[in-house]
Amino acid sequence: MTAMLEVKDLSVAYGKITAVKGINFTVEEGQVVTLIGTNGAGKTTTLRTISGLLRPSAGEISFLGKRIDKVQAHSIVTMGLAHSPEGRRIFPRQSVEENLMLGAFARRDRTDIQADLKEAYDLFPILAERRKQPAGTFSGGEQQMLAMGRAMMSRPKLLMLDEPSMGLSPIMMKKIMTTVRTLQKRGTTILLVEQNARAALKLATHGYVLEVGKIVLDGPGPELLVSDEVKKAYLGED
Amino acid sequence: MNIPKITISPRPNVGKALLAGGAVLLIVAALLAWSYDSTILGDLSISGNPAPLQEFAIVMGVVGLIEAALVHRRLTSLSWWDTTSSARALAVGTLVYIVLIDYNIAYQSGGVINLDPGAWLALVGALVMVAGSFLLAPVKVTNQLKVHGANWLEIVVITATLAALLFMVAFILRGDDGGSVLAALAAGGTFGVLLFRGGFFTWLSVAAARHRPVIMLGALVVALLFPLTQNGTDANMSIAVDIAIFLCAALGLNIVVGLAGLLDLGYIAFLGTGAYVGAMMSSAASATIGWHPPFLVVALLGALTSAVLGLIIGSPTLRLSGDYLAIVTLAFGEIFHTAVNNMDGTNGPDLTHGPNGIAGIPDLNLFGFNFGSTHNLGSFTISNYSNYYILLVLVAALIITIFSRLNNSRIGRGWIAIREDERAAEAMGVNIFGLKILAFAGGAFLAGLAGTIQAHATPSVVPDNYTFQESSFLLAAVVLGGMGTVVGVALGATVLKLLPEKLRFIEDYRLLIFGLALVLMMRFRPEGLIASRRRQLEFHDEDENLADIVQEEHVDEQKANA
Repeated sequence: MTAMLEVKDLSVAYGKITAVKGINFTVEEGQVVTLIGTNGAGKTTTLRTISGLLRPSAGEISFLGKRIDKVQAHSIVTMGLAHSPEGRRIFPRQSVEENLMLGAFARRDRTDIQADLKEAYDLFPILAERRKQPAGTFSGGEQQMLAMGRAMMSRPKLLMLDEPSMGLSPIMMKKIMTTVRTLQKRGTTILLVEQNARAALKLATHGYVLEVGKIVLDGPGPELLVSDEVKKAYLGED
Repeated sequence: MNIPKITISPRPNVGKALLAGGAVLLIVAALLAWSYDSTILGDLSISGNPAPLQEFAIVMGVVGLIEAALVHRRLTSLSWWDTTSSARALAVGTLVYIVLIDYNIAYQSGGVINLDPGAWLALVGALVMVAGSFLLAPVKVTNQLKVHGANWLEIVVITATLAALLFMVAFILRGDDGGSVLAALAAGGTFGVLLFRGGFFTWLSVAAARHRPVIMLGALVVALLFPLTQNGTDANMSIAVDIAIFLCAALGLNIVVGLAGLLDLGYIAFLGTGAYVGAMMSSAASATIGWHPPFLVVALLGALTSAVLGLIIGSPTLRLSGDYLAIVTLAFGEIFHTAVNNMDGTNGPDLTHGPNGIAGIPDLNLFGFNFGSTHNLGSFTISNYSNYYILLVLVAALIITIFSRLNNSRIGRGWIAIREDERAAEAMGVNIFGLKILAFAGGAFLAGLAGTIQAHATPSVVPDNYTFQESSFLLAAVVLGGMGTVVGVALGATVLKLLPEKLRFIEDYRLLIFGLALVLMMRFRPEGLIASRRRQLEFHDEDENLADIVQEEHVDEQKANA
């Protein structure tokens, strides 16, 4: 079986500064794969390149067996790859429902969209309660739920989440991580980028550790969680 | 539009009495003579025979009495009406109105000594009304958005409002000297602000959303009936044609700026392109192209040429985000002006006859209907300019239809997303470049279409009609009226074009006044005179009450659509 997402020798540069230096990784269908690393490791850059918002300087990205490193961002969404960006980037003056509908922008099947809207509300009941409220009035955790619900509205085969736990309270973070697990059980493949290594690795089928643009370590999530290097570098344990 | 909030400990009973008393004084005054001179502001010199301006004073007085009667006896069916705010607006507006008239009489007849008792009495009446209205207690009203009348009642009210609008506009235009026009404007403004402060327009906007076809059709009928108020004369109709062309262009720009959020500073060049194509291919003696197809073909060609120019300057710039588009369009406007100024045969191909332009463009003839002659409709005469006016109203209706269809569509949602957060929109799968170029070239297409009509409606097409100043006026009309709303832009375009025509004395200061008005608008009402609620929220996003209103309206709209 070929991998759902395959990243080969990927390099990305901002002008002269190379942020990602030839990384390789794969995401198989049904997995939760996580990229962990500190600030500036190149995690967000990698995600933005996969979703077509940035262009690689070298390397290949294939999704469902097709090269996507030259495809435009909006077409990549249509292919079934959704990106919930860092910092949530919800539309603050739009209502919850309008935000969700924008998530389904790339789709044209009206009746199914209504069904998915209901599903998003089932997943996050708080969104249903506040469907008409401008999203900018929400707390960080609620905004994150909205961002995830919005990304799910494109009915993705692969969902990429960029630091969903950023700036959230421990309780809210737990709720978000539980949702990631729920989505996986429902059959969505997930690529999760996190600074919170412990939470991410607990969930992950497979994890990759990024350091200044390179993958320095990888392995099944639970194994990485107990590996000495990760413990030292990311979990602050001796 | 903001009446200053003065806090005086309210004495509702005294206030009510003063308001009613002032109103009675005003009505009595209106029946007396205001001036010795019968040539000033119509004829205000005959007691017992009120002139139109005095009739307005009577109406103001009667409304004042009604407001006074409403102060305590609050009818449940009118519990949404804000008596106090509207009474204050009425009183202040009346005072401004009377002062304007009195000043005019005194100015024209050489001193306040020449004011007749009626004028003084009216002034006193207005002052008493102001005093009374500010003694009224603030009232708590029910939410206007939740008031639903019977269907027939709502339709009647909408129709009546439109009819009143037509009457008011016809009346303002009837004035031929600055003073009368200004006074009529003050009267119109007073009634407008009165209804606004009372909450009528909030109610109307929701009712209109429920009866969208009624208000659209009604507005179209009113616009088409307007020439009948002019008795076949062309004086006002030529201004109306100018306004209509300006309005078509402003509505097109509204799609570009108001919906897609693209700042276009050279939009007039697209109108110019259409006009030049129309002129060069017309059967004028000075036309420069030997092929004279029927007008419909020319109109399409003009619009397409504009759209192609839009594509050419849009496709490299729209890939960038930020202010590049503004700079490039600014340059494009200048290039257009310079180019048509120079294509005179000596510096380049002789396409436009340079600064002389293309003159003597014949009147349109569509399907055997000659736009150059008058037509009779029963006892009414439709003048030469009225023909063009009617055609332009239909074009404007077309643009408005396109606008509202787009606004409520998937494409419209994409534009909103781009306006709010381009990067996030891209991640949602919005084709940013495609949607931007659609708005930009589409706007150019509509301007080009209006331009081809302009070529025939105005006697000649010359480069100086298409300068940066015109572009900035178009943008000012959109911003002043309210970006992204049709009514707002219509108001903005009418005000910007009409006032300099009717108030000749401000001509020299018009740039100064518009500049000042824009600065004040940005400070006090950045969303424009008539703003879409959503737009308002974008400027005042800390206002939770407003957020609630938007929520309410949204629910109502959805119910109406269901």
